Amino acid sequence: MRKYTPKDNVQGKSYYTDRFWVAPRVPSEAIEVGSHFDEVVKALSKEVTIDDAFVQIGQLRIVVDAGENYKTLQVLRDACGYKMCSELSAVDYLAQDGEFEIFYQMLNLDEAKRVRVVCRIKEGEAVESIVPLFKMANFAEREMFDMFGIKVNNHPYLKRILMPDDWEGYPLLKTYPLEGDEFASWYEVDKIFGKEYREIVGPENRDPARIDRYDSQRFSRVGYEVPFGEKIDKENEKENPIEYSETLLVDYNAGSKILEKRR
Amino acid sequence: MAQHQVNYASSAGLPVALTTVDHLVNWGRSNSLWPLTYGLACCAIEMMASGASRYDFDRMGTIFRASPRQADVMILAGTLSKKHSEFARRLYDQMTEPKWVISMGSCANTGGMFNTYATVQGVDRIIPVDIYLPGCAPRPETLQYAMMMLQKKIRRESANMNKNTKQRMV
Repeated sequence: MRKYTPKDNVQGKSYYTDRFWVAPRVPSEAIEVGSHFDEVVKALSKEVTIDDAFVQIGQLRIVVDAGENYKTLQVLRDACGYKMCSELSAVDYLAQDGEFEIFYQMLNLDEAKRVRVVCRIKEGEAVESIVPLFKMANFAEREMFDMFGIKVNNHPYLKRILMPDDWEGYPLLKTYPLEGDEFASWYEVDKIFGKEYREIVGPENRDPARIDRYDSQRFSRVGYEVPFGEKIDKENEKENPIEYSETLLVDYNAGSKILEKRR
Repeated sequence: MAQHQVNYASSAGLPVALTTVDHLVNWGRSNSLWPLTYGLACCAIEMMASGASRYDFDRMGTIFRASPRQADVMILAGTLSKKHSEFARRLYDQMTEPKWVISMGSCANTGGMFNTYATVQGVDRIIPVDIYLPGCAPRPETLQYAMMMLQKKIRRESANMNKNTKQRMV
């Protein structure tokens, strides 16, 4: 009889591996010749320089220079029938590219088509306001200023819209901590009582959402199943996750004693 | 000699009731707690339900008032954002003494799930709180119970608010 060697050691393998979730890239398609988007790009290229244009999930994405945002939207509105600007904001790519991406989401109600106009600016640069074209841009540009600190030229009333007027910092920047900076944590105390009351009121008591993986009484362990209340040293921690009991089950990798005896 | 002489010493029907000033004043205060109509977030829906016919706060003498000048109790029902905190404090300051505060729900108690830059992490950072009411959101019965607990607290206290142990922030 041949010696049994397990081909697939299921128990020895970890069924759970930590891995960062990688967002799938949205496939971009070329613009079909003769389609509606083709006409839009042709009409636009007469007036402005288009850096890049492609279709993503049925929507046209046009990359233009930030200085030509007003002109681009004007052509889209007047010549291409995109009479509605449904959304306008920015994305913080400062860490990645050192730039903000500003996008304008346009909607053509007659054709039921959407176009996203995208432009990039460096930190500290300003864009031209599109309030003369679309009234909705009034609040949207104020929110963009409030959240990112991007200044908008010729805006009728550029003022913070969500945060208080005396707020410091721009909360939607990737560098802004979610729980707030020093200024944010003392804002209400400073404003109501004054800075001298900081000591009386004390710092914020925030829920840290802390999980201690070495505390087996209050937390169950993922991948390392241990009895309740067992003390775990950081040094003596086992390298591999224990998903089965070492004492009860047979370790197939080490070979079986019984089989050895019979042979 | 009066025709109907009252024998004050006889049992039952004494026309005189003996009590303390504390008891009398607190009896009045605790049975007409008028909260401020002040909803901040979803807890306000439960607070409105408490005041409406099904749960009926009126039968307890609890009538919601639309002005801080007429209110005794401030029910902070919901998430208090940092931008709004100064106005909440101003409304509290506008209420006349004696005044009490109920912090309703997790957000008002601790900031709740809004562990962010824009939310006050517990209204007791700006306003002294009498009753902390847990829940997200607390049901109307819970708010009713909180009002009853507040009544109990008031009846236990001295009528002179300066003597009470409640921590005054400012």
